[in-house]
Amino acid sequence: MSLKSPIGRARGLGSAKDGLHHWWMQRISAVLLVPLSLWFVYSVACLMGSDYETVVAWVAAPWVAVALVIYFAALFYHSQLGVQVVIEDYFHGSATKLISMYLMKLAHLVLAVAAIFAVLRIALG
Amino acid sequence: MSEYQRPLSPHLQVYKPQLTSVTSIVHRGTGIALAIGTLMLTAWVLSLAAGPEALECFNAFAGSWIGQLLLLGWTFSIFYHLCNGVRHLFWDAGKGLDVETAYKTGYAAIIGAVVLTVLAVIIALA
Repeated sequence: MSLKSPIGRARGLGSAKDGLHHWWMQRISAVLLVPLSLWFVYSVACLMGSDYETVVAWVAAPWVAVALVIYFAALFYHSQLGVQVVIEDYFHGSATKLISMYLMKLAHLVLAVAAIFAVLRIALG
Repeated sequence: MSEYQRPLSPHLQVYKPQLTSVTSIVHRGTGIALAIGTLMLTAWVLSLAAGPEALECFNAFAGSWIGQLLLLGWTFSIFYHLCNGVRHLFWDAGKGLDVETAYKTGYAAIIGAVVLTVLAVIIALA
């Protein structure tokens, strides 16, 4: 039996006010991803077999470039939120959990920056 | 935290697969597949930014049988995760939680994903 008070047990485990943050952000990014994913898959399917210039011209069009940056930001954000829950569910050792979480978040950050940078590079020449 | 070998929940090996549990497991599975798929997505835009030779190299892989198989798998995954995700959003709003509706929307999500995948393949091959 623990002699700790309920407040003593809760302290250090995070703010009581941000518990819903992950859940909300997952839903908000999901809602954004519905139209963006449909648009992206449709556009890429249409571009299938096109030459280099056509694809670059598509990415470089202002509205497309803006939509792609928003899409990639929402996609990588949503992805790391989702994989975070998978790691929390299946990795039980605190060291393995911490390391895999760190590497997963880092990989998402690197890929997101790379993908967005590539779009901007094409759009801004 | 404890590091005992405790059983995971849900206890997959003792449950008879049901549509509701299978759609849930496939949702997570497709989610993980799509997270890995972002590697290919990033490779595509990066090779596009790098120039025609890099894109040709990417296209050679994407056009190979393994590349085509991966793209097909990811296309289905994105549509399944999207359709079933909409189902989850309705549940979050407290709608469609009864067993009968959950089964109907479950079948709708699977059929929706298959139809959208077939449509995407038709557009891609056209």
